[in-house]
Amino acid sequence: MPKLIAKLDDVTMRYGDRVILENCSLDIVEGAITCIIGLSGAGKSTILRLLDALRKPDSGHVYVKERDICHLPESELVAMRSEIGFAFQFAALLDSLSVGENVALALREHSSLTNAEIERRALDTLESVGLAHAYDLLPSELSGGMLKRAGFARAVVTNPDLVLFDEPTTGLDPIVTHLLTDIIKRLHEHLNATAVVISHDLHSIYRMADYVAMLFEGAIIEYGSVPEIRRSANPIVQQFLQGSEVGPIPL
Amino acid sequence: MKMLEDVGRKTNDFLEYTGGIALLGLETAGSIVRLRIRVAETVNQCYLLGVQSISIVLLTALFTGMVFSLESAEQAVQFGIGSLVGGAVAYTSVRELGPMLSAVVVAGRVGAAIAAEIGSMVVTEQVEALQSLGLSPTRFLVVPRLLALVLMLPLLAIVADVVSVYGGMWIAQSYAHISNDVFISSARQAIGFSDVIKGLLKSLVFAVIIAMVGSYQGLTTRGGAAGVGKSTTGAVVLSIILIFITNFVLSYLLYGTS
Repeated sequence: MPKLIAKLDDVTMRYGDRVILENCSLDIVEGAITCIIGLSGAGKSTILRLLDALRKPDSGHVYVKERDICHLPESELVAMRSEIGFAFQFAALLDSLSVGENVALALREHSSLTNAEIERRALDTLESVGLAHAYDLLPSELSGGMLKRAGFARAVVTNPDLVLFDEPTTGLDPIVTHLLTDIIKRLHEHLNATAVVISHDLHSIYRMADYVAMLFEGAIIEYGSVPEIRRSANPIVQQFLQGSEVGPIPL
Repeated sequence: MKMLEDVGRKTNDFLEYTGGIALLGLETAGSIVRLRIRVAETVNQCYLLGVQSISIVLLTALFTGMVFSLESAEQAVQFGIGSLVGGAVAYTSVRELGPMLSAVVVAGRVGAAIAAEIGSMVVTEQVEALQSLGLSPTRFLVVPRLLALVLMLPLLAIVADVVSVYGGMWIAQSYAHISNDVFISSARQAIGFSDVIKGLLKSLVFAVIIAMVGSYQGLTTRGGAAGVGKSTTGAVVLSIILIFITNFVLSYLLYGTS
């Protein structure tokens, strides 16, 4: 039985009257890359936000390192979040800060490193995603792919144990997609961290995932390794993987 | 039945809004008391919110003082009380027009800017990014803006007071031939130091209103660009309404019983 770093246990989550997750459970295996697939608007990003305690479930529990994070006080949440990196879908770099300052921000606020050490580490992290030259640029001066990479750098600069990637390859050309997939794999190996990746890009998922979970109508309907998912007998999974209009998924 | 539902929903919305602002206010005060202040960002906000508002406050105050003098000087001279125009202009400027006009102008310019900037950060996930980095959006965004406004709005009110009185004096002299000496002498007799302090106290309260309403509107923005527009409009409208209401209450409390 592999060790778990995080776990959603029977989680139900609503936005207004709309049920996003219903009795949803998911195991995140420590040290592995888990990819979550599912239709647009299925609630995949909500799962990431639950794992980072940016949202609280209406019912159920979310465990990270065996702690139920749904009821942690703010001070403990701050400490917990320093162990989790979050790479947002559109990078979400702060407009008013340079790329380097964005990457250095968490270190400045939470570490006792000197200014020079912080800058060195931010630069090294940017270098690991091929963006050392962009240290002094503003986010508005970067392309979509560069923004995503800068977002990755900010997410991993504190050497977190768990890194959450929200649609890291969406809207990018195949070459940049390939590059970003490689970066995720490299960062994962380098940090020895657990990664949870939300993606619609099946090629990327097949290349990097240790485990794949399919979310459908608020619950995980299939979970397993890449070969297991590809061989799944579930017609919903098969329709999704084949991108077919014909099948049980209502369009 | 529908009317009752509407009343219930609106009451709920009102309580939610006031409760939300109160909680944000408490959190902001907590950060300030614990000295969790980003000094460089506060200085930057003083420039953006305060210094860059000087020209618009200056123009508004100048023309308001001038028009007030224009309306009153000729009448006053006709009734033989031209020597009181300086006092009237200074009295209204320092007690009411200076603090309130500067606050209304700043609410329009700065309140909108605060709501739009923070609202844009919400819809582009930058506020969530701050939280995910273990940073408090209140400390990071609200505290510097509140402190900057609390520091700068009273200074802008003083600028408004002075410019308004000088504008009035210029018009009184050139239009109604009231000499500057008479005007200034009258102004000195009409207002005391306590009037200036009370005017500044009003400015402090208005600064808190503008910063908290703008920040709260920004932080509760939902729904993309349209949501940012809605938050911005709401921030300006609500701030101005609250400034007028609070001005009446403060005038009553500060001057009403004297």
